[in-house]
Amino acid sequence: MSATVPVLTKKDFQTDQEVRWCPGCGDYAILSAVQSVFPELGIPREKFVVVSGIGCSSRFPYYMNTFGFHTIHGRAPAVATGIKVAHPELEVWVATGDGDSLSIGGNHTIHMLRRNVGIKVLMFNNRIYGLTKGQYSPTSEFGKKTKSTPFGSGARPFNPLALAIGAETTFVARSVDVMQQHLKETLKKAAAHKGAAYIEILQNCNIFNDGAWQYLTEKDARSEHIVQLEHGKPLIFGKNRDKGIRMNGLDLEVVQLGSGVSEHDLLIHDEQYRNPAYAFLLAKMEEMPGFPTPIGVLRSWNDVPRFEDIMANQVKDVVAKRGAGDIDKLLRSGDTWEVR
Amino acid sequence: MATITDAVESKPKRQVIERAVVRFCGDSGDGMQISGSQFTNTVALYGNDLATFPDFPAEIRAPAGTLPGVSGFQVQFSSSDVYTPGDAVDVLVAMNPAALKMNIKDLKKNGILIVNSDSFGENDLRKAHQATNPLEDHSLDAYRVFPVQLERLTQTALEELGLDAKSMNRCKNFFALGMCYWLYNRSMDHTYRWLDDKFKNKPLLAEANKRAMKAGYSYCEATEAFQVSYEIPPAKLAPGVYRNLSGNQALAMGFVVAAQKAGLQLFLGSYPITPASDILHELSGYKNFGVLTFQAEDEIAAITSAIGAAYSGALAMTTTSGPGMALKTEAMGLAVAVELPIVVCDIQRGGPSTGLPTKTEQADLLQAMFGRNSEAPIPILAPSTPGDCFWIALEASRIALKYMVPVIVLSDGYLANGAEPWRIPNLAEIPQIPVHFVTDPQGFLPYKRDPQTLARPWAIPGTPGLEHRIGGLEKQDVTGNVNYEPLNHEKMVRLRAAKVEAIGQDVPDVVPAGDPDGDLLIIGWGSTYGSITAALKAQRAAGHRIGHVHLRYLNPLPRNLGQVMERYSKVLVPEMNMGQLSMILRAKYLVDAEGYNKIQGQPFKQAELEAKIEEVLNYGAVGAGRNGR
Repeated sequence: MSATVPVLTKKDFQTDQEVRWCPGCGDYAILSAVQSVFPELGIPREKFVVVSGIGCSSRFPYYMNTFGFHTIHGRAPAVATGIKVAHPELEVWVATGDGDSLSIGGNHTIHMLRRNVGIKVLMFNNRIYGLTKGQYSPTSEFGKKTKSTPFGSGARPFNPLALAIGAETTFVARSVDVMQQHLKETLKKAAAHKGAAYIEILQNCNIFNDGAWQYLTEKDARSEHIVQLEHGKPLIFGKNRDKGIRMNGLDLEVVQLGSGVSEHDLLIHDEQYRNPAYAFLLAKMEEMPGFPTPIGVLRSWNDVPRFEDIMANQVKDVVAKRGAGDIDKLLRSGDTWEVR
Repeated sequence: MATITDAVESKPKRQVIERAVVRFCGDSGDGMQISGSQFTNTVALYGNDLATFPDFPAEIRAPAGTLPGVSGFQVQFSSSDVYTPGDAVDVLVAMNPAALKMNIKDLKKNGILIVNSDSFGENDLRKAHQATNPLEDHSLDAYRVFPVQLERLTQTALEELGLDAKSMNRCKNFFALGMCYWLYNRSMDHTYRWLDDKFKNKPLLAEANKRAMKAGYSYCEATEAFQVSYEIPPAKLAPGVYRNLSGNQALAMGFVVAAQKAGLQLFLGSYPITPASDILHELSGYKNFGVLTFQAEDEIAAITSAIGAAYSGALAMTTTSGPGMALKTEAMGLAVAVELPIVVCDIQRGGPSTGLPTKTEQADLLQAMFGRNSEAPIPILAPSTPGDCFWIALEASRIALKYMVPVIVLSDGYLANGAEPWRIPNLAEIPQIPVHFVTDPQGFLPYKRDPQTLARPWAIPGTPGLEHRIGGLEKQDVTGNVNYEPLNHEKMVRLRAAKVEAIGQDVPDVVPAGDPDGDLLIIGWGSTYGSITAALKAQRAAGHRIGHVHLRYLNPLPRNLGQVMERYSKVLVPEMNMGQLSMILRAKYLVDAEGYNKIQGQPFKQAELEAKIEEVLNYGAVGAGRNGR
């Protein structure tokens, strides 16, 4: 951290624009967490660029006192890629939602992730289209009744984390709007990651899909339905921290601790584990009956080169090899002849 | 029908002529584009003026010997000015019956036809849907036909090299090329050098092609097949150093120069599409100029990444063709709203939809003008020759940066792949492109405009104190904050339009070529320049009073265009579309501009234009000119 960086506070990241989300929206909590974390990163404010697409979540840049670009539906990862490739020193964050990132912007999302562009994606997942007033989204549960699916949706939902893992994302994490401390810690870890980061934030839309995550966010239910992943620690959950997850062949199984099963038998989380099957198992466990939903960092690979660095190095290498381009020579390349 | 046995037993005469048109045609795997471009470079180096027309199928390799697989390359070269690749062909090289069938209609009566007689077997004829053998059925009696056993003779020439039959057969295009070099008294040195370079690591193939070419040359000499060989002296081009240049190469180089003159990094976001991909290829090779090329996941990412790069301070561009242009539509609207400088190059091809990927057309003009939701005007420039693509790239970049606008460049497949001798400019004579990044937070407002250009300030991320937000939502005038007020919206719509109109102050007045007033004004744009110029010259020589305006700026139009049109009785607008520029002219000027429209994926022929000009001029003495005058 440079000594010249002024000390910033949360207030420095707030704008004079009136925040126009519905009262009670989960987005407020996410905004607050981001505004709290950014000043702690030791990065000058002008280096931050917040890019978004379209949707409720995508109003985010207007409320962040950084450079901000509210682009068009689904295209934020591509705009952000252009920014990051042209200026790798910038700190580029994308605010997006389940519709923006996984429907209309699905293609840009997976390609930005597989290239490992150093962009942090905050994907607000409320399992509904909010800004267009309540149609089912690509993460809505099968059979979901919405305005556009009055008899139930016939589409199976995406598992956003499994999708990100499939796209070879080097940092994959999940947090929850109402778990401020956990959210802030997760944001900090993402900020420390060099390459592409995909963070799914479970977020409540209290108008069109209220309570979508209630089964795991309610204070009483949390410890039973959520397993917090911590690097190097066993997978334990439950009100009394009496349940664990262990490997059984190629599957995971939930076990009761005690009566012959100890913490040593459990799966020890390794966010750097190279076999993609591991992160997939974690991402998919919530879909099995009796399993909790994992939150925290599923994967963090820090040794994969960033796309923007590869691009910049290629330019450097070619310049080193051929010398800086001489335009006059370029124009006169190939066969020339002189007319006198 | 003349055959080699008819050759006269005397040394062939050498005849000096002014111009010639040569076309090589064969299967898309026969190397016709290579023969054509080698022949072109050789005549260019000799000092002839020239124009080329490569014409190839969209299929990479259609089944051998079939009609859809025919590929051709035509070049006109001359000791005087050349404006087009030529309407009709003096020498046609046809590698098989399919190529012959597709191309023979363009050969002049008594023109020279060199055919590969080894490929006129029953099977070859059947694949070309040819009931009888044209070499025997007298259908070619109007031409001077030279059936040559190209395959057998090439094999004989290469037999010591120990190549397999397939590799030997691949050299037959060089045998034909050698024949053409003999026919026009050209040195093979340039092609020798090219082969050495091309097959650096495969010297045997270089040797094989050289031997095939030499054999073709010697064949003409030994057999005295042709009674005459031709000499076309160098053209009197303006003094300077020249090179051959295609439109796509010219665009690529133009943008590299523009970035240097602006002191900016060049960023290209692109997705492969015919016939624009060569620009991506060219620029990807220019890494030592600091060029960043990003092959995006789709057309939309190609333009939106460019918008991102422009936002952070690069000279950003994207390249595409019609279908890709359609996909970029929404993003172009964003660039209009956020007022960022990007250049969108549309290398037009035949449409709609996938259309004719390798054929030329000018039918994206209205898409460029109006193809966005709501009021989203974008300046449009169009190069008129391959070499002009270089200058248009510079001008498009300059306008984008000066006015903080997206700019569309409309080239087309004909310009993209066609080549002409290009006088290499003196770099020092190309003016710098001034760029200003704001750095002073004092009084900074994202939409506070320059009073003369109406450009908003370019405030790039990383600049302390200039943190601000932009986006596609309507903005408040001056502050750029989100704003939905009715009057503000109207004001912003009008401001964005006024900004594009303001570019008119930089657009030079048009000065018609030919007569400054008279019976007919021809207004063209884009790649029709050469054909119109050639037709104009011929028709004025025939005594007509005609002017020609070729528009390089299509939006905004030159400010004096309306007055210029008034000086002529009639206005004719030839276009390779259904009448798009003529629609704009009629709407804007209430002028009775008549369209002449060809939608065949092929450029205008000079003769077609001349016939149309005569028709228009002879249609009554009183013209249906401006306001029915």
